[in-house]
Amino acid sequence: MDLPHHGYRASKQRGRAAPPAGDSVLFEDTSSAAPAMNNQGYYTPGYNMGGTSNDMQGGAGVNNLFTDPMANAAMMYGSSLANQGKDMVNKEISRFMSVNKLKYFFAVDTRYVLKKLMILMFPYTHQDWEVRYHRDTPLTPRQDVNAPDLYIPTMAFITYILLAGMALGIQKRFSPEVLGLCASTALVWIIIEVLVMLLSLYLLTVHSDLSTFDLIAYSGYKYVGMIFTVLCGLLFGSDGYFVALAWSSCALMFFIVRSLKMKILPSLSSDSMGMGSSAKPQLRLYITVATAVFQPIIIYWLTSHLVR
Amino acid sequence: MAFTLYSLIQAAILCVNAVAVLHEERFLTKIGWGVDQSVGGFGDEPGIKVQLMNLVRSVRTVMRVPLIAVNSVCIVLLLLFG
Repeated sequence: MDLPHHGYRASKQRGRAAPPAGDSVLFEDTSSAAPAMNNQGYYTPGYNMGGTSNDMQGGAGVNNLFTDPMANAAMMYGSSLANQGKDMVNKEISRFMSVNKLKYFFAVDTRYVLKKLMILMFPYTHQDWEVRYHRDTPLTPRQDVNAPDLYIPTMAFITYILLAGMALGIQKRFSPEVLGLCASTALVWIIIEVLVMLLSLYLLTVHSDLSTFDLIAYSGYKYVGMIFTVLCGLLFGSDGYFVALAWSSCALMFFIVRSLKMKILPSLSSDSMGMGSSAKPQLRLYITVATAVFQPIIIYWLTSHLVR
Repeated sequence: MAFTLYSLIQAAILCVNAVAVLHEERFLTKIGWGVDQSVGGFGDEPGIKVQLMNLVRSVRTVMRVPLIAVNSVCIVLLLLFG
């Protein structure tokens, strides 16, 4: 690939796929945590290089535009303005949440998504539930099928909303407000569940490495089960709905217990102090089991009105 | 029950107000939840009650001033728009 070889791009080859050649000029790949501020002085000559090399690939028809110096200058100015705006937005956003951490959760590929969906629906044959680490940082979802991701929950959430609209439309109960109401109800339940989980983990001083995004990911996996349940309810009627509800509840409870057991319960701390968490192990178990039991309840609550 | 984001915000404001209203010396020490009764227990063994007391005290300290602003805005909006 003949991408322009800037200095920070050479160190990008580690684990990530290279960006497609089409967007090599305007959007450099910032996911390798390179300091973009240092290159502030290099933007104009860099974009000149990028502009002309893209032009050489782009075809002969647009040559007239780039030979005009005024248009060239205007384009460079515009792209530098866009970059300044982009940097400002990035700076503001990174004050609230770390964008690199968020990028970790979306680094998925097709194979991971398929395997994860299989595990969510049928977790009983999966052997190794431990999240693998690589020199103290967790592996990305591309390399480790046990790592939580945010792609599946986001897509499942959107699909659930669309499916709810379709189910209501089939029963002739649809109106646009209902769609928004369904979306905000589901969102509010996610927020409540994540807040309760965070509160209980804080109160019991569980020193796990579950960040907020991990909890959002784990509580978003129930939407896959919900989609499956609603589909079966639509296709096979009320009996199919209850069978699918039972199946996906059991699968999801098993999945949640096995996944969170590794993180919350102190079974693998060989150097745990004798009375460090002596009163706690059953409370931690209660948290895990309560989270698991909450899933079928909320699945039933959010889908029963769609399948009458 | 159909939630909207607005009802979540309302519930959050009410809960934080409820925590902020608990008076330190008139109420919390009387029921044994004052912050001066929570020392001791070195090592990582704080216990649920101590964690809860710390949480109440920190919520009260942090949210006191923003709550003034948020409550005023809520009052004005509810008066104007019902």
